[in-house]
Amino acid sequence: MTIEKYLVKKASLSTLFDKIKASGKTIKAPVKKRHTTDFAAVGSLDETTDDYITTAQSAKSAVFPRVEKLFGYVKSKNGVELVDYDLSTIPETVLWGVRPCDAAGFDPLNAIFNWDINDVIFSTRLARTTIVGFACAKADSSCFCTSVGGNPGSTAGSDLLFTKLSNGDYLAEIITEKGKAIQALAPELFEAAPSEEKEQNLATVEQKFTREEIKAKAEQYFESDVWKEQAQRCISCGTCAFVCPTCACFDIQDEGHGKHGQRIRIWDSCGFSLFTQHTSGHNPRETQGRRWRQRVMHKFSYMPDRQSVYGCVGCGRCSRACPADMNLLEHLQQIVKL
Amino acid sequence: MEEKNIYKPYLMRIEKITQEAPGVKTFRLKFDDDEEGKNFSFRAGQFAEYSVIGEGESTFCIASSPTRFEKEQYVECTFREVGRVTSALAQCEEGDVIGFRAPYGNTFPLEAWKGKNILFIAGGIALPPMRCVIWNVLDKRDDFKDVNILYGAKSVADLVYKHELAEWDERPDVKLVTTVDPGGQTPDWKGEVGFVPAVLEKMAPSSENAVAVVCGPPVMIKFTLPVLEKLGFTPENIYTTLENRMKCGFGKCGRCNCGKMFVCKDGPVFSFSQLKDLPDEY
Ligand SMILES: Cc1cc2nc3c(=O)[nH]c(=O)nc-3n(C[C@H](O)[C@H](O)[C@H](O)COP(=O)(O)OP(=O)(O)OC[C@H]3O[C@@H](n4cnc5c(N)ncnc54)[C@H](O)[C@@H]3O)c2cc1C
Ligand code: SF4
Ligand code: SF4
Ligand code: FES
Repeated sequence: MTIEKYLVKKASLSTLFDKIKASGKTIKAPVKKRHTTDFAAVGSLDETTDDYITTAQSAKSAVFPRVEKLFGYVKSKNGVELVDYDLSTIPETVLWGVRPCDAAGFDPLNAIFNWDINDVIFSTRLARTTIVGFACAKADSSCFCTSVGGNPGSTAGSDLLFTKLSNGDYLAEIITEKGKAIQALAPELFEAAPSEEKEQNLATVEQKFTREEIKAKAEQYFESDVWKEQAQRCISCGTCAFVCPTCACFDIQDEGHGKHGQRIRIWDSCGFSLFTQHTSGHNPRETQGRRWRQRVMHKFSYMPDRQSVYGCVGCGRCSRACPADMNLLEHLQQIVKL
Repeated sequence: MEEKNIYKPYLMRIEKITQEAPGVKTFRLKFDDDEEGKNFSFRAGQFAEYSVIGEGESTFCIASSPTRFEKEQYVECTFREVGRVTSALAQCEEGDVIGFRAPYGNTFPLEAWKGKNILFIAGGIALPPMRCVIWNVLDKRDDFKDVNILYGAKSVADLVYKHELAEWDERPDVKLVTTVDPGGQTPDWKGEVGFVPAVLEKMAPSSENAVAVVCGPPVMIKFTLPVLEKLGFTPENIYTTLENRMKCGFGKCGRCNCGKMFVCKDGPVFSFSQLKDLPDEY
């Protein structure tokens, strides 16, 4: 559908929020907890904050939870009975306050979970999630959305996008049918489009390179020592993958309590040394340099080649969260200059 | 949209357990639910995720031939006890039920091999993936020309599928050479003594109209390849299977990713000309 534009008054926002809540949907929105801001289930707009550049964790856990039960089991004398995942338990959810970079992250995630056979658990979660984006008025030195195909006001991935105007009111852009369904909950709050330009209310993020440049250089310098040098500080903690909106590597494990239990899928990372270790002890990616190269190659070369989508949206979380001060943007800039 | 939960395994009943060698067992499995079995099929080279429910999943090839599944509706796996899941599997008894997700991965290009001579070279526990193809070829024996098998293990005790080795040895339409590492022989051992590459050199099979399948530990493969090349086998005509660590089996968990390839989807069967295009990460 073509994007429809409206004005939503500052005072109308909490009414809209209450209407969504009243419709029975779960709402997850950014909440301040001590020094960080993260998505949490909330009951009213008062509980949320709009004072954040990005949340510490991305919004991906709504569709790809850190731990997901795949099916349950019950053991008995005669054998074992499997209890299938009950898809009806997946709630209709509205993700409120998603930044455009995070909204763009759902596409690569979906590409991974559905490029071959359909992951029905993931797909059902995604189908029942509505993304209400909020454009960025602020950015920091880790942000680089404009270098990887995004921008602070991008509508890609959002169902409905709000941009705060100079007087505190909002430009509302309805992008998809799901966004229309939100509007339909309170059509009276959506007024004639404002005349103020959207662009003047957006953060400025300078473009440093293009994804295509990174792809070409990373492939060309695959055997270079640059990976080893860049990874020297990395302590292989996996934080960068866990905060990343597009990282999807996972492990499958069984978790039992006596006769009952479940098979679960949990977040994992290509940065961990055991990730690829064979039973014999042989490890195809034995050094952190190789694992760091894998992270960059997967996002900037393998994904575009195999799944026709890049695996980085430039949110900058990995740089902000890294305890060893690895900075993806700086490293990518170095690769481009090779 | 497909509504099936791709993580939920079939339940299989263990019909028969064979102790092949110390720490190595073969399970013959049948579908607990006949209906599921009727809708199942696989091809030579494919693998599966086997699980002891409550302990976790492990990746093994399907070691039996599709021709046997068509006839008798069973699949077999042969595994070495090395860790958590394989130890739990080793505790299982006949009649127990285990999880089975399959079939995954690509297959050996048997159609393209019709009318060719086939050389199988296996080392140690790597015979299972090859056994599937060997039986597939032998069950359709007229489609292929000469069948040569070279199988090496550390010691006589470590040879797996002993009954089948005897059977192949007796067949006039199969040439089987078995070898054990120096020191691994017993007084009554009638096979060769020596490492696989050296025995292959002595065996000197022709590369004329032939393909070779090589599976074994990396060091064996490393020293066997030059011998094959000397015999005239080109990289396009030498095949192997990779054993990158796997979890999902369908290209999502990221674990088996090697360059642009996912070993679980694009492999596990590769020709050596394909491997030349992969980064050294397998
Ligand atoms: C396509 C394919 C086909 C295969 N076919 C076969 C086959 O036919 N037969 C066969 O026997 N094998 C086969 N394998 C190998 C098989 O998958 C592994 O041997 C098996 O998964 C081991 O499982 P496990 O749970 O018992 O071991 P794990 O418990 O995972 O342990 C494996 C090894 O890692 C070590 N380990 C485990 N956890 C840790 C840790 N946290 N830190 C350090 N070390 C650790 C263990 O000590 C052990 O030595 C195949 C693999 C692939 C990918
Ligand atoms: S967060 Fe930093 S230290 Fe941790 S794995 Fe990522 S790059 Fe390495
Ligand atoms: S790699 Fe870093 S910057 Fe790119 S999407 Fe992931 S967390 Fe954000
Ligand atoms: S085993 Fe999960 S991607 Fe290959």
